[in-house]
Amino acid sequence: MTDAPEAAEAVGFPGARAPDRTQAVVSHGIRLAVHEWGQHGAPPLVLAHGGFDFARTFDVFAPMLAQAGWRVVAWDQRGHGGSQHAALYSWEADLRDAVAVVDSVSRDPLPVVGHSKGGGITVQFASALPHRVSHLVNLDGLPSRRNMPDIPDHERTKLLADELATWLDFRRSVVGRSRRPGTIDELAERRGRMNPRLSREWLRYLVTVGGRRDADGWRWKIDPALRMGGFGPWRVQWAMARLPGLSMPLLAVLGLQPETMGSGTQPADIEPHLPRGARIVGLEDTGHFVHIEQPGRVADLVLDFLGTPA
Amino acid sequence: MTRVPVTVTVRHSRIELALHRLRDGDGASLLHLHGLGERSPDALPDHLVGWPGPVWALDFTGHGASSMPVGGGYFCELLMADVDAALAQLGPTTLYGRGLGAYVALLVAGARPELVRGAILDDGPGLRGGGPEPTTPYVLTESLATPGPPDPYALFELSHDVRPADYATTYARLAATASGLDVALAVCAQVRPPWLAAVAAEPGVREIDRVGAMALFAAT
Repeated sequence: MTDAPEAAEAVGFPGARAPDRTQAVVSHGIRLAVHEWGQHGAPPLVLAHGGFDFARTFDVFAPMLAQAGWRVVAWDQRGHGGSQHAALYSWEADLRDAVAVVDSVSRDPLPVVGHSKGGGITVQFASALPHRVSHLVNLDGLPSRRNMPDIPDHERTKLLADELATWLDFRRSVVGRSRRPGTIDELAERRGRMNPRLSREWLRYLVTVGGRRDADGWRWKIDPALRMGGFGPWRVQWAMARLPGLSMPLLAVLGLQPETMGSGTQPADIEPHLPRGARIVGLEDTGHFVHIEQPGRVADLVLDFLGTPA
Repeated sequence: MTRVPVTVTVRHSRIELALHRLRDGDGASLLHLHGLGERSPDALPDHLVGWPGPVWALDFTGHGASSMPVGGGYFCELLMADVDAALAQLGPTTLYGRGLGAYVALLVAGARPELVRGAILDDGPGLRGGGPEPTTPYVLTESLATPGPPDPYALFELSHDVRPADYATTYARLAATASGLDVALAVCAQVRPPWLAAVAAEPGVREIDRVGAMALFAAT
């Protein structure tokens, strides 16, 4: 089964709008694709996507913010979407890339919105460079212990051993690897396993904006050297410890329906850590991708939190 | 005893690593892992002459004759995978690590216990890393333009990485339980950052000088 080119071009999604502008920003030698919606002269705000996503997953959400008078800027993280594939990937490198993108937009403090991993990166950004962030919005990007099963130490050690061997085997196999080609439906189906709450219609749309059409079929643009999951000396309490000291207004939106890609964080997990005056909103009937499942509701929350663009 | 320098290239994803043969020979191999900012020695160092078999040395990503990635992104588990790529060619090997290379040797010993025939952890640059907990976050806002090697991003990132004691001891336990060796790790380093002090106190780890460590692992 193959998709005719005309059919491929016809994939759309209600309310989705391609960025008004796309340009390249070079961060430490890596070329990043930076997308914008809204008037170039409007007050800017920056969106950060999650792991294995890309800026155009904001194709419905971002135009809603632009419509309210913001210049909405989102970038593809290194190795994701239209950005260059790098030799190395790390949290620190993503953080530096975030700074390079924000530098390209404005030197004045501006609102920053981050989803999932993008939420974690923007919390660290705001913590390291508080003078650059006027408001911080976190969309289901505050991890908690909740998704970490309470298992004995020796079991945990065994899990780490398996994970290490699997990761090293993957690193050995990655030389020359490319993503598996398929039809739009096949790629949508594969992504649906990680995004079980998102509609097939949306996933098909994502293939056409996050994939490319080769002679043998569609492929996701994301670097085949990237792999889900990870290990390392990371502790959830280190992320929590960044929250109480944040100096700018903070809005945290949680999707309360558990799913694989989310951390399952509940309001009670983060309430004790939030800075004074922070707003926290839990969406009962929503999963991890709050801005995709409920773009209008989340856009209203963000717009109300930010006030009139200025 | 030959000292003909032979360098082979090992591919690790988009990186080409330089693996140097410092001495030919029969029997079990020893692999030298340099410290942060260093490169492999040109000739067999005096303190490794006692090893009875072939001796190899690996340049980590961004160091020595290995390729330099653009834009940084280093972490110690990546260097662990550098070593694993070399082990794919060398087979079962004893590791000798200096400084950063000692920490990486510990990680590999825990992650590939069937391939690491003991690891010797010695003093050298980058032994401590960033300590056991994160410090105040800092972001590089300008590109590091100084030409390497060593890659300035490696110097920056691998001197700030967090090395909790209980993370390090998890690898020590994996090495001790899965390697089948009575002693899986030999600690020669005089300097004991928190991760290494904790590792030295684990079962299956011996505090011993270099000569003793090489004799111990050469006999296994």
